[in-house]
Amino acid sequence: MNLFNIIADIEQIDADASERYSFYSRRNLFKAGSRLAAAALPTLVAGSLNEAFAQSSAAVDVLKYALTLEYLEDEFYRIGLGTANLIPAADQAVFSQISKHEAAHVALLKGALGAAAPAKPTFQFPTGTFTSYQTFMATARALEDTGVAAYKGQAGALINDKAILQTALRIHSVEARHAAQVRRMMGMKGWVSDTTQTSFTQAGVNLKTLTGKSDDAIREAFDEPLTMAQVLAIAGPFIKA
Amino acid sequence: MSKQQNESGLSMLPGQLEPVMVGRRLFLRYAGAVTAGGALLAACKGEDNPDTIMATVDLGTGDVGILNYAYALEQLEAAFYTQVIATPFSGMTAAETQLLTDIRDHEVIHREFFKAALGTNAIGSLTPNFAGINFSDRSSVLNTAKAFEDLGVSAYNGAGNLIKDANYLLIAGKIVSVEARHAAAIRDLLSPKSGSFAGDDIVTPADGLDAASKPAAVLPTAQKFVKTPISGANLPTA
Repeated sequence: MNLFNIIADIEQIDADASERYSFYSRRNLFKAGSRLAAAALPTLVAGSLNEAFAQSSAAVDVLKYALTLEYLEDEFYRIGLGTANLIPAADQAVFSQISKHEAAHVALLKGALGAAAPAKPTFQFPTGTFTSYQTFMATARALEDTGVAAYKGQAGALINDKAILQTALRIHSVEARHAAQVRRMMGMKGWVSDTTQTSFTQAGVNLKTLTGKSDDAIREAFDEPLTMAQVLAIAGPFIKA
Repeated sequence: MSKQQNESGLSMLPGQLEPVMVGRRLFLRYAGAVTAGGALLAACKGEDNPDTIMATVDLGTGDVGILNYAYALEQLEAAFYTQVIATPFSGMTAAETQLLTDIRDHEVIHREFFKAALGTNAIGSLTPNFAGINFSDRSSVLNTAKAFEDLGVSAYNGAGNLIKDANYLLIAGKIVSVEARHAAAIRDLLSPKSGSFAGDDIVTPADGLDAASKPAAVLPTAQKFVKTPISGANLPTA
């Protein structure tokens, strides 16, 4: 999976997508629709990554995917913090801290990818995102919980790229801290209990019969991952072009 | 002459090996005694009857070793929060009780998960040493909780790339973010609506990365809260 597949997937999810990949033209490499050339890119750029991170094309794809999500989070918080009368003064410190981390993650991943780093897409946010604080927080919550699940879902793909795996894990837990904080500020619990999750088995261990704890507690105790396709269904609509 | 030389040669060989082997045995005994003695002395501080010296628990090798390492940390956390809920600090609010009960349940579930997943490879039950914690004092409890959660996050972050099996890696990933959520919540109880939930003291501001520590760095800290001597000497290091 690579960024170009991601865009293709987004197109499938959003059938109205058109003229949205213009940012690639800035690279003077591809135009929308030139999928064949696009498919060859990851292999080409994998060789140009800086030594510390140049491990495998699988890792490069994960880094690009991660960078796209971090671009989205970074822009979201920048706009939020820059919008007058959106975030109450008492909550500014929290969102400033989160924004600082997202900006740092973007810089870190761009640095790791070097010339292979995709340009920042043009994002769009639903009406009301920056006029209603509740909507802003709900969006923040969704982005953070999705980010946690997205990084987690790629851990296995990085198992042979130890340095990148560790970096991804260190971002992953920061996103989890963010998610918990935003959730609690919304009056939610800091942990996730997805009531559609009806399996209480982890790695073959049935935790319901083993522990006798509540369904919520068992669901909360293990944060579940999301696949790339699942993440794109959530994040895709934010990508305008 | 030939025999003598032979004997001499033979005696030389053991003579060279023996000190090495004895030395290693002595070292292990010495190290074990010191570790156990240290734990014993620590245990004496808060108790009338000192425990007998405990055998060192070896976490083991490979993925099993890493899972036992996680099991050890989860045992520590579960024991701590079980005590926190059993003897609430003065002034614990309903919201704090709910939050800390949730965390207790998560940690107990983690502990029981590892015990079951490890099966016959699981280490035994560790005996905690909470002598330095004042369970009636909010600050003492919450600051200990903060230390445990941050330690847990850094431990899982640092152990991730020591895991060989992708299924275990995913399990570790599922747990570490829950520990990070705990850490953020506890930090927010101590310093509400500040940047502390992911503070500059734990998340490096320049790169936005959480802490990651190898077992060799985590275990000495964890050992302060566990009477049973723990050895991670056979854990993978890379």
